Amino acid sequence: MEALMPALDAVFLAPFRDMVSLPDFLIQVIWEGFVSGILYALIALGFVLIYKASAVFNFAQGIMVVFAALVLVSLFDMGVPAWIALILTIGVMGILALTIERVVLRKLVNQHEAILLMATIGLTLVLKGAGQLVFGGEPKTMITEELGFSTGSSDWEVFDGIVIFQHIDIAAAVIAIVMVAALGVFFSKTRIGRALRAVADDHQAALSVGISLNQIWAIVWFASGIVALVTGIMWGARSDVSFALEIIALKALAVLILGGFTSIPGAIVGGLIVGIGEKLFEVYWGPLFGGGVEAWFAYVLALIFLLFRPQGMFGERHIERV
Amino acid sequence: MNLKKLSCTAIAAAAMVVGLPIAQAEDSLFMPSLTYRTGPFAGGGTPFADGYADYFNMLNERDGGIGGAKIVVEECETAYNTQKGVECYEATKDKGALAYSPLSTGITLALIPKASVDEIPVFSMGYGLSAAAIGEKFPWTFVYPTTYWNQLSSILKYIDANGGLDGKKVGFIYLDVGYGKEPLPLLEKLSASLGFEVAKYPVGVKEMQNQSAQWLNVRKERPDWMIMWGWGAMNPTAVKEAAKIRYPLDRFIGNWWAGSHNDLNAVGKSGKGYLAANFSGIGQDFPAVQDILTHVVDKGNSKVASRDDVGNVLYNRGMFNAVVLAEAIHVAQQKTGKTVITGADMRDGLENINIDEARLKELGLEGFSAPVKGTCSDHEGAGAVFLQQWNGEDWEKITDLIEPDNDTVRPLLEEAAEKYVSDKPDWQGQTCS
Repeated sequence: MEALMPALDAVFLAPFRDMVSLPDFLIQVIWEGFVSGILYALIALGFVLIYKASAVFNFAQGIMVVFAALVLVSLFDMGVPAWIALILTIGVMGILALTIERVVLRKLVNQHEAILLMATIGLTLVLKGAGQLVFGGEPKTMITEELGFSTGSSDWEVFDGIVIFQHIDIAAAVIAIVMVAALGVFFSKTRIGRALRAVADDHQAALSVGISLNQIWAIVWFASGIVALVTGIMWGARSDVSFALEIIALKALAVLILGGFTSIPGAIVGGLIVGIGEKLFEVYWGPLFGGGVEAWFAYVLALIFLLFRPQGMFGERHIERV
Repeated sequence: MNLKKLSCTAIAAAAMVVGLPIAQAEDSLFMPSLTYRTGPFAGGGTPFADGYADYFNMLNERDGGIGGAKIVVEECETAYNTQKGVECYEATKDKGALAYSPLSTGITLALIPKASVDEIPVFSMGYGLSAAAIGEKFPWTFVYPTTYWNQLSSILKYIDANGGLDGKKVGFIYLDVGYGKEPLPLLEKLSASLGFEVAKYPVGVKEMQNQSAQWLNVRKERPDWMIMWGWGAMNPTAVKEAAKIRYPLDRFIGNWWAGSHNDLNAVGKSGKGYLAANFSGIGQDFPAVQDILTHVVDKGNSKVASRDDVGNVLYNRGMFNAVVLAEAIHVAQQKTGKTVITGADMRDGLENINIDEARLKELGLEGFSAPVKGTCSDHEGAGAVFLQQWNGEDWEKITDLIEPDNDTVRPLLEEAAEKYVSDKPDWQGQTCS
């Protein structure tokens, strides 16, 4: 029993002593987790939008983030002013949405979900190949300052220490909150938003009451493209703009399992749970595992959710009769 | 179509079907290039592949090849994926491949056992298995001009000369794959003998752009120095995160794969002060680089996105990889008297390489790197590196060559080499007098 005590202390007591002894640091950890969570939520939001309106799990969401960011910085590198480049990129994402609807989705109306998933995998490969052909594989720098974002930081002196807030992180949080609020209103209060939900429930029923499936899909892919652009700007500012950004989308899978595939608030809450949870776990319990626990923490959490609440916190429970 | 034309067409078609080497009327030297111009690490793979191909193309244009034989460079895309790398190897080895430089520790580790069987040397320039420096155990693998282990010893020497190591804490942040973990055994041994503490911060591939937790731990534990074994998007993210927590960047040292222009251009001024090791020259002020510009780039025969990319850290590193291989071909041709050599001849060429200062000058690369001299037992060479510092816009060389701690490292390399082969009863070593 005596031999067990240090281990129990290391797991159940020492991390909390650390939190209490350095409260400013704890606030910093929670803030960093909050920012990561918001950024995960942005990626998850792109998935949710498309799934909600078309029941398609869009495997291409990650590469759409890369594609949007690369279009933006490449236009700027060609001499286009930053804000015009941003508007043009939104236009490119609109054209992409129309093309996807016309070339890929229109032929697959009422097909099985697995077929639609395979179509998005194909789309991923096409976007990846086309992106590398047009933009090359070399990393580019996100035009954060040129878009008007401050790259500085502000200090908050608290508990005899400091908490550092990066201005770009604050901007990411504000933009994400505004986007979520706007999408929430769009889905619940507008005619198109209600039509989107009807399409998600049943393609054929929606068609029978006169909803244009083609129009709805184009709109939702366009909205998802804009979310991808915002995500690309925010993640690109933290690192660089390269095809490695696609990898980060994998973390959104865990967020979706937690929050549910059809819930916008779920994407946000799931993102925050993963973001804050993994930072706390990495910083306070990570050393017990030799570090690097962030790589699996979110997936273990998702696995636990799958066991007890497979539809996620806010997802709709589906019962299929067989 | 007359009968003669028909016959010629039929013969050509038949030759293609059975894979006859139609172009072998002209002597050629086949150099496969396992590249990664795609995928998450393309930012490092692309300039390296450009420098590699451009140097050989320059030799073809300027000198008509090497010893009268044209060099044929064939790229095969690996996307930094070990399985694809092995597939590329299998697809190209029977075309007369003279050597492989996969620019991936994972692929290198997979190819090392194949090298002696297929008799094609592996040249992993400053990466791969450090123990491969021991020629007696690894006759077919070469790691000129230095290994990860000796590089680490040089970096530690720099730290020791700038405030001492005894009683200090050194943080080690690394990509959590074979490459990043390679120097860990040495780091742990040296920490015990030199009296410093090590704090390790692994970064998973999926977390490359999301390192805030690792850097929060750095902020909490406050290591006196940070060393990084990073690659790809991990590098700019790490430097940005270090700046974010206000870690002094002049006490943060990357290895030679964590100090390219691609890495720091994305960081810009906030990365000012960051240090990185290097063993190859920076810039275009070398006659050999000027020849590449004249004979290849300006003629539109290079894949570089911009003329300014020539001379960047990783472009020059890829070029230097080609320089060493070209020199090995030259040595092999001289030794055998043949124009077209085999993989086995190439191995002898690599083992007898001697790029001293005079030869570097002849090659148009005076001061570009430390001299490289191989022997039967030493497949590493001199092992010295220098440090460069990011000034906010470009890299500046800030130290002379720092000799590695060979007295400490060599016995450890021998021990590691012995351990590697100990469970392989059929392993082919060699005896060196």
